[in-house]
Amino acid sequence: MSVSQPTELRQTNSEAPRPALPVDILRFNTCGSVDDGKSTLIGRLLYDSKSLMEDQIEALERSADITGGGQINLANLTDGLRAEREQGITIDVAYRYFATPRRKFIIADTPGHVQYTRNMVTGASTANLSIVLVDARLGVIEQSRRHTAIASLLRIPHLVVAVNKMDLVGWSEQRFLEIRAQFEEFLPRLDIKDVKFIPLSALNGDNVVDPSPHTPWYSGPTLLGHLETVHIASDWNLQGFRLPVQWVNRPNNPKNPELHDFRGFSGQIAGGIVRTGQKVIALPAGIVTTVKQIWTYDGPVQEAFCPQSVTVVLEHDVDVSRGSMLIGPDHLPGASNELHAEVCWMHPRGLQAGRKYFLKHTTHTVQAVVTELVHKLNVSTLETEAAPAELNVNDIGEIKLRTSKPIVFDGYGINRLTGSFILIEQGTNATVAAGMLMPPREVVKSEHGDYVI
Amino acid sequence: MQSYHLDHLQHLETEAIHIMREVAGEFERPALLFSGGKDSICLLRLAEKAFRPADIPMPFLNVDTGHHFPELNEFRDRRAKELGGKLIVRKVEDAIAQGIAVPAPGEVSRNRLQIPTLLAAIEEFRFDCCIGGARRDEEKARAKERFFSFRDSFGQWDPKNQRPEIWNLYNGRLNPGENMRVFPLSNWTEMDVWEYIQREKLEVPSIYFSHTRKAVRRGGQWLPVSDIVPPKPNEDVRELVVRVRTIGDIISTGLVESPATTTADIIAEIAAARVTERGSRADDKSSEAAMEDRKKAGYF
Ligand SMILES: Nc1nc2c(ncn2[C@@H]2O[C@H](COP(=O)(O)OP(=O)(O)O)[C@@H](O)[C@H]2O)c(=O)[nH]1
Ligand SMILES: [Mg+2]
Repeated sequence: MSVSQPTELRQTNSEAPRPALPVDILRFNTCGSVDDGKSTLIGRLLYDSKSLMEDQIEALERSADITGGGQINLANLTDGLRAEREQGITIDVAYRYFATPRRKFIIADTPGHVQYTRNMVTGASTANLSIVLVDARLGVIEQSRRHTAIASLLRIPHLVVAVNKMDLVGWSEQRFLEIRAQFEEFLPRLDIKDVKFIPLSALNGDNVVDPSPHTPWYSGPTLLGHLETVHIASDWNLQGFRLPVQWVNRPNNPKNPELHDFRGFSGQIAGGIVRTGQKVIALPAGIVTTVKQIWTYDGPVQEAFCPQSVTVVLEHDVDVSRGSMLIGPDHLPGASNELHAEVCWMHPRGLQAGRKYFLKHTTHTVQAVVTELVHKLNVSTLETEAAPAELNVNDIGEIKLRTSKPIVFDGYGINRLTGSFILIEQGTNATVAAGMLMPPREVVKSEHGDYVI
Repeated sequence: MQSYHLDHLQHLETEAIHIMREVAGEFERPALLFSGGKDSICLLRLAEKAFRPADIPMPFLNVDTGHHFPELNEFRDRRAKELGGKLIVRKVEDAIAQGIAVPAPGEVSRNRLQIPTLLAAIEEFRFDCCIGGARRDEEKARAKERFFSFRDSFGQWDPKNQRPEIWNLYNGRLNPGENMRVFPLSNWTEMDVWEYIQREKLEVPSIYFSHTRKAVRRGGQWLPVSDIVPPKPNEDVRELVVRVRTIGDIISTGLVESPATTTADIIAEIAAARVTERGSRADDKSSEAAMEDRKKAGYF
């Protein structure tokens, strides 16, 4: 076992090549049940890709001497909190960074305990890819299904099922195929397009960075090989321009007289492309106007796209402020105060119909009342249970809401940024739910054309 | 033909600008913590990108430990002025005189004493949010922290009870007396910071580049000789060609021997580095949970 020897660790790590400027970013998270080996896998990835520094290895060795009886624990690399090291578990998401010459990676190591599912949602919500670990001895268990269901709910485009601890099942191909079959039984009920199965041992490093001599029957890529090459084409939606306004940019007594009447709308483009001279609709005002300038610190640009941050100057003086949205005239969004959504409930105080919350959607916070609990997902069977009395912590369900003001939105499946919201408990300000909106039943009405200035 | 593709620095940049504007949109009285160090230099450029052509809608705040490198303070003051920003400096020295910060007997380091000084400044100006330049790759406790890091009315971070942070929907709601620390550079690495400095042609304090300095060997690192760190009689004072990789207080910042005179040299040096940036800071080494403990007490 190569990791039991600190000195060996140091030697293999001594002349590591370091990456030059990588070109794009892949964000991924690890999930699975407690002790499936998530933290060990990340430690292994960092270690075998030569991303660890000597002082980090020394710190590992120090804690190995103090607490590990001389055995290095790769999980200690991400389990950074005192309580985590004491209990040997992961409580909250740890982020780690590494790069290879092909890509830069942001890893979220997410906890496996059911009570920390909300932290898993935190780590997974921005991921391009999720790795679900399965202990080869145990096969698919409820947490595997729960985490896969959450990855599907969050529309994470790529999934890797890492069948870990293959060393403990004698590298049995048959066991690997059994687990694969267990997954394939319920995957059709979920919405995941790309799934890859990889047999590995996080502890020993088989098929993590280097191909394993123990799996001649497996011809696919190693985990890192897959992470480096998986096609993450645009995760961003380039259809239907959306700019949720974050901040109105009004220079105060500018020295430059040209800026005297400057009034720009700053935000991060949440969908589509915008061009100087194009028509846009300002919502909720419902006024059609023209883009006069796309201002950036580096100079004006002719066009800008999602997810760039820009400041848009409009031809007309319209009523636009934080929480408004500028949209393109094609691919219209919905606008409604009656919402229908899937939610992941994240707070010990359960959700019942009639409760009021703040709802934050894009840059807009409104009041919302939950009018109906439509159903709840049974994570073991992936069947739904109609009209539950309550959604409890870590439950996934479908609800209806009414907001104090209409919001302008897309279905989450079309646009993750304009189709998502959070619920905030009034009083404690706790974030209690992550919500994913169903597609609008009707798009904003074309009468808005009447308002053309 | 445009390719509609952002490279990794542009991704990190737009994420950080979005966060800065959320702060401007959601908080009444935000401040930006500006030390003059490389991370906060990036923060200032991001603030310019977020808010120009308007003024940056928040003052800059720095806690001066009294143990700063003079080059750093000179740069801090000049840069703040160039940007037309309001710079607020609160000194640990004054906090000690006022009894706000109480040194333990024989306590030389100002590290712990920064905390009450910062908390007092937050109270004095009733800041509801402080933007800081901390990065998750710096340290294991930071690796766990959210972009929007909630602090209770004592300024404390509760790592076991952080608000879920989903997509780019940040919950900035506070009750009176509570405070938010916001870290737009959370996802940046040391390498990203230097590449950004290079791309944006940002000026940094001279001590990041190679220079000659008198140093003494203590605790496995080279410490700069100064009035605050005079050499002990038995100590061997060396004249070395060095630079600083991360700037802390003059009494705890290890010097690295380096010939790097340009940003490109530094990037090449980091690419070949075999220790992390914090490996040269004595303040974090003292215990495995040093940073976690300081953050729980209200540190940045
Ligand atoms: N034999 C074997 N043990 C493993 C493997 N991966 C992880 N482990 C062990 O499983 C335990 C749990 O690992 P950890 O990474 O903390 O799991 P986590 O809870 O999913 O983060 C530790 O004792 C690891 O050493 C593996 O591939 N083979
Ligand atoms: Mg773990």
